[in-house]
Amino acid sequence: MKSLAELKAIKDRMKDKVVLREGSNDVRVVVGMATCGIAAGARPVLNACVEEVNKSGLTDKVTVTQTGCIGLCQYEPIVEVYEAGKEKVTYVKMTAEKVKTVVEKHLKGGNVVTEFTVANQN
Amino acid sequence: MKELSLNILDIVENSVKAGASLTEILINEDDENLTIVIKDNGCGMTDEVVKGVIDPFYTTRKTRSVGLGIPLLKLAAEQTGGYITISSDTAEESPLSHGTTVKASFNKSHIDFTPLGDVISTVKTLIQGHPDRDFLYIHELKSGRIELDTRDMREVLEDVPLNSIEVISWVGENLEEQYREINT
Repeated sequence: MKSLAELKAIKDRMKDKVVLREGSNDVRVVVGMATCGIAAGARPVLNACVEEVNKSGLTDKVTVTQTGCIGLCQYEPIVEVYEAGKEKVTYVKMTAEKVKTVVEKHLKGGNVVTEFTVANQN
Repeated sequence: MKELSLNILDIVENSVKAGASLTEILINEDDENLTIVIKDNGCGMTDEVVKGVIDPFYTTRKTRSVGLGIPLLKLAAEQTGGYITISSDTAEESPLSHGTTVKASFNKSHIDFTPLGDVISTVKTLIQGHPDRDFLYIHELKSGRIELDTRDMREVLEDVPLNSIEVISWVGENLEEQYREINT
């Protein structure tokens, strides 16, 4: 059983890490989670962001958060990437599969995946 | 919305925006009916605003931000012969017990019934996005009862944030196990 005792073990493992991590997250990945986003499939996209960031070992550098309606409902699910000192990148019509590419090429590799960005839509 | 669990996610996001420190998600299910109650202790709404959130065409510009969440839930319920009710008290009306309760009832055997879907994913998403808020999730079925309370988790975790990836995974596995247990 995944009991509270097991949660306690997680806590003991995490305690030291938390202190280290504070303030070092300089990239923010934001997923639109309003009615429009949710209806378009934002939930699996968000979960993919969390999982892929974790799998790639980027948790110290990247935070995944949620926001409301971004105002481009027809392009949902939308994922925005904020990086200190750089212009915001807006990825549109995202899927869990596309998230994998973005994490690999952009968050890990540092190259914006232009084919998924809002600027590339017509 | 393809799953009721997505409607739940959407409505609870409103509770969070209303400043609720605790939102209860209560699902009750028997052979014929499924009832979803979402109860929060947020800022509440006046009667006029409640009317506005139910009917999207009633909405004036001033209340436009309330959007389509409730109408979509209402549609999902009414297309099965069910209904929704909303009761709400603002902090002014009721300083000690303000908040909003949305109840939706569905007829499960109706051909237009939307399945509940991946409700575990909804709970995980809520905790991931709002680690500073509390959620109580209870799903009562004929075969048993599923329960998760973030207040219990918080007590154990102390200063470890609830949205740590290990904790979110634990939430998923905990709920999956609870569901497996009542299904065997």
